[in-house]
Amino acid sequence: MKRLISIELQKLWKNKASRVLTLSYFILLTFIALVASINFKFLGFNIRLADQGIFNFPYIWHFNTWTAAWAKLFLAIVIVSMISNEYSYGTLKQNLIDGMSKKEFLLSKFLTVVLISLVSTIFIFALSMILGLCFSSYTEAGIIFTDLDYLLGYFVKLVGFFSFCLFLAILIKRSAFALGFLFIWFIFEGICEHLILPRVFGSDAIAEKIVNFFPIEAMANLIKEPISRFQAYKAIENQLTTNSIPKDYTMHWCDILIVLMWITIFMFLSYKLLKKRDL
Amino acid sequence: METILSITNLNKRYGKLQAVKDVSLEIHKGNVYGILGPNGSGKSTTLGIVLNVVNKTSGEYKWFGGAMQTHEALKKVGAIIERPNFYPYMTASENLRLVCKIKNINYTKVDEKLELVGLSDRKDSKFSAFSLGMKQRLAIASALLNDPEILILDEPTNGLDPQGIHQIRDIIRLIAAQGTTILLASHLLDEVEKVCSHVLVLRKGEILYSGSVDGMSANQGFFELDSDNNSNLKAILSQHPAVEKTTEENGKILVYLKEPLEAADLNSYLFQKNIILSHLVLRKNSLEEQFLELTNQHQSTPIKK
Repeated sequence: MKRLISIELQKLWKNKASRVLTLSYFILLTFIALVASINFKFLGFNIRLADQGIFNFPYIWHFNTWTAAWAKLFLAIVIVSMISNEYSYGTLKQNLIDGMSKKEFLLSKFLTVVLISLVSTIFIFALSMILGLCFSSYTEAGIIFTDLDYLLGYFVKLVGFFSFCLFLAILIKRSAFALGFLFIWFIFEGICEHLILPRVFGSDAIAEKIVNFFPIEAMANLIKEPISRFQAYKAIENQLTTNSIPKDYTMHWCDILIVLMWITIFMFLSYKLLKKRDL
Repeated sequence: METILSITNLNKRYGKLQAVKDVSLEIHKGNVYGILGPNGSGKSTTLGIVLNVVNKTSGEYKWFGGAMQTHEALKKVGAIIERPNFYPYMTASENLRLVCKIKNINYTKVDEKLELVGLSDRKDSKFSAFSLGMKQRLAIASALLNDPEILILDEPTNGLDPQGIHQIRDIIRLIAAQGTTILLASHLLDEVEKVCSHVLVLRKGEILYSGSVDGMSANQGFFELDSDNNSNLKAILSQHPAVEKTTEENGKILVYLKEPLEAADLNSYLFQKNIILSHLVLRKNSLEEQFLELTNQHQSTPIKK
């Protein structure tokens, strides 16, 4: 396993574009901290986000993982090109000839994806911890360590998304087309949810339930948007609407299960594709 | 003799096209094998199959007696195919180190092999900055990293300038002299003739000839004749029992034989028939002519073996 990761990391790290993108990904993540200093005027009041409780434990776990998850699009480029390069340089063929099995090849990519996701999760954990300790109103250990399952959700979400990228890159072989397909798939899920399925089943609720099983939607469900949970926002909303339905923000195990299932499917299909194709 | 690779009844279909048809082959340790064939004859496909990058349709192949899995066996094989494939953003020695990791060996041989192919002074240059000749030499260094049991070369001189071709051939000869088994696929016949001891001729995926290089060119040979009256000469030649056919080339008559015939006997035979030759040469086919004849013979007729 160490050998496979070291092979893949060498391929990634020696490539300038991948190196720059990976570094900028982590720099981008630290920019969450800068949100703290944002001041804006609202209804004549000076509001500083950090003081409004977005960095309060345990809400910070939810807010930070959700925000940081957007930056994964950056890494998607790295993941996709790390496969498509192997095709365009002809090095996949050479790796196999040199004595790597197709399974090892895929495993080295997948392990790297898991490693990157793990590093990113630890990074977010450390960053949130520091921000929380600086700005949170509550710093009791019991409160700090509640809702940590958002970090698990974050990790699974990243591995799931990158596995999808890996599969698309192996399927399509060209990075630009693979990323384009990813975008089209995203739109496709939206169309299914709002246009096609409601007409087929005659109900939005059923459509939503089905779409929950789609890969992108399932990944999105792991960490639901936290903005509407935010106190200040809530306070304003409560003044406007009298009876709002409380939303469920917690992470569900079945969502994790669905994403884990997709990871297995993507890796299995990738392996089948590699096996079947002549190079 | 130790068998390194044995192929039995290998077939490969790409849809309707049969790229490899019933190819069987044994590679023994210490010999230098050539696979000859025009472009698209199935050379690279055959090599691709045994190198784990192309899936076979049917048939068998076994590395080192079948004791290990293909990808494990390939760690003991050095192979370069068609064009050198490396990571352009890595330097020569970084690329070789990566190959070491894949083959699960340590880095000690990297410098030695770079020296062997004459790239020591460029080992820290990026691969993308290399000329094709240098890339090909790096590929050879990479294939030799593990001191392989067998070196497989697929069109190693393709696209190189004469100097590059010369360098590659020198390296191949050097490696062959050290006793390494080599399998060389090429459509360049003199290349095969110069370095190989055994040869396999493929056409449209079928084996036309398999045996020693000497055996292939040790045929009857043919005569090159010229006289005042060539049409008369041709007519008389066709009556001779040992003559298979005559053709005309550059104003000379070429006589192909069915059975051995001495030049003196032919001369006296023709003299008796009142033909005086102005030119008589007994020629042996070069491998190239032999190859062309072999592949042409089978243009329309199916394999006869």
